[in-house]
Amino acid sequence: MHKVFRKRKRQGIFRYTRTEQWAVKDVSFEVALGETYGLLGPNGSGKSTLIRILSTLLIPDHGEVRLMGHKLPDEERAVRWKIGRVSVDAAFYKRLSARENLLYSAYLYGLEPKRAEKRAFDILERLGIESRRFSDPLEEMSRGMQQKVSIARALMINPPMLLLDEPTTGLDPKSKRDVQRFLEELREEEGTTILLTTHDMNEAEHLCARIGFLAHGKLVAEGTAEELKEQAQAVTLEDAFIKMTGESLNDDKEEGGKT
Amino acid sequence: MIVEFKPQWSGMITPARQMMAFVFRDFSLTKRYFGWVVVFTFYAMVNSATIALIGVAAKDEQLTLTLIVGVLLWSFLSVLFNEIASSVAYERWEGTLEYTFMAPVSRLIHLFGVSLFAAVYSIVRLAIVIGALAVFIKLDLSRANLWGILVTLLVSSFAFIGLGLMAAVLPVLSPERGAEATNIFQGCLLLVSGVYYPVEILPGWLQPLAQLSPATYSLSACRKLMGIGSGQEQLVGAPVSAVVPELLTLALMGVVMIPVGLWVFGHVERWAKKTGKLKRTG
Repeated sequence: MHKVFRKRKRQGIFRYTRTEQWAVKDVSFEVALGETYGLLGPNGSGKSTLIRILSTLLIPDHGEVRLMGHKLPDEERAVRWKIGRVSVDAAFYKRLSARENLLYSAYLYGLEPKRAEKRAFDILERLGIESRRFSDPLEEMSRGMQQKVSIARALMINPPMLLLDEPTTGLDPKSKRDVQRFLEELREEEGTTILLTTHDMNEAEHLCARIGFLAHGKLVAEGTAEELKEQAQAVTLEDAFIKMTGESLNDDKEEGGKT
Repeated sequence: MIVEFKPQWSGMITPARQMMAFVFRDFSLTKRYFGWVVVFTFYAMVNSATIALIGVAAKDEQLTLTLIVGVLLWSFLSVLFNEIASSVAYERWEGTLEYTFMAPVSRLIHLFGVSLFAAVYSIVRLAIVIGALAVFIKLDLSRANLWGILVTLLVSSFAFIGLGLMAAVLPVLSPERGAEATNIFQGCLLLVSGVYYPVEILPGWLQPLAQLSPATYSLSACRKLMGIGSGQEQLVGAPVSAVVPELLTLALMGVVMIPVGLWVFGHVERWAKKTGKLKRTG
């Protein structure tokens, strides 16, 4: 698939110049049912744009996108019932409590509120949030806790596919471990298909059956962690990434679709 | 083990719950921002009283009632319009727009849920403002056709919901300037609709715009139903049959504007998804 962002830049009072920036170029990959697939790339490599396309929030310029047997954007309503998304920024009504935010989501998906609430609270408890915090406004919670509520929101509908956009970025080590352990349990118990974008090599190696390297909007290589290291003749996944993409994961570039 | 995804919802329950989502969300936000609700309601009460007192000072009952009808109707319709028109802007500020737009909710259900809360909220606020006005001014509404006014408010609501839906696309079109444009649009409605003065005093080039505003017809109907301009010494509200042309015009506006509003919203949403304008700002 392809995605270009076009921008208009003011040059004078009535003068504008138009620029084009490739966000995703010729990217093609498949994820098997029940598989955890990782996309690794620095900021600006197109990870968030890809997740947004799969979340029905962006329409690609060219290419075919199929998700759980449905074609996008034509069948976006059907896709929306089957996906849960966690983004790097835990987007919530910050003044509302975790309970209120989760109930809002439950209603949005037409769920029976009590059942949905119980499922969400079970998930939050498994992620290490005490039940007495459920009524606290989100703005009073740490970023790690907000991210856990975000994960509970995505999983409350029990989606067969989970789109995780850097879900552990900025979390403290304990929260990171809680989230990673929970994702492993989820895959084992529910068979959820997971697409995970991350900067974290260890996380990708630990959680993902296969990994794709993304750089400048292109999928440069994909395979298991071992295959990628072998292809690049590297000792670590990070070395393999640098060798195959020519850049480090800490390189920052502007990405059209990035928050 | 792959778990088959089995939706547990069916029929009308899902759309009803989805509509409730927006009512629940907006009610919860209203509770959390209650301080601001009090501030805005207090301002509306004081504003209404000061405008109505202009008529009292002039010792002109017709003028007083004209101003009261204007201020109350505008208080109701502007809040209704603003709540709907700003719903997208609020979501942009909160950063939740993408989550709402990726939920499997039809835009019709989404915007009607927002409108439902807005209508209830506007009615409650209107009742509070009327109560406050009664403290400042002796209001004898015993001869006014209050049921007729209620019908007019209901019919007007649909036209204003349609207008609100159209204005709600502005923050989608322009994340930076959309919310401001919504307020300018609302200001233009206030100017041309004859809220505090007859539209005939507007410059000639502005008067055709008054015919396009649903508020013009709501105000005209409500003033007749209150008995304003009847020429009798004792104010007597007109029967509903006297405002049928206004009610029909308002109904027609609602029937046209709601589908057009939804159509416009759908197209702008698709454009935003192509250009990447849905992402968070603010």
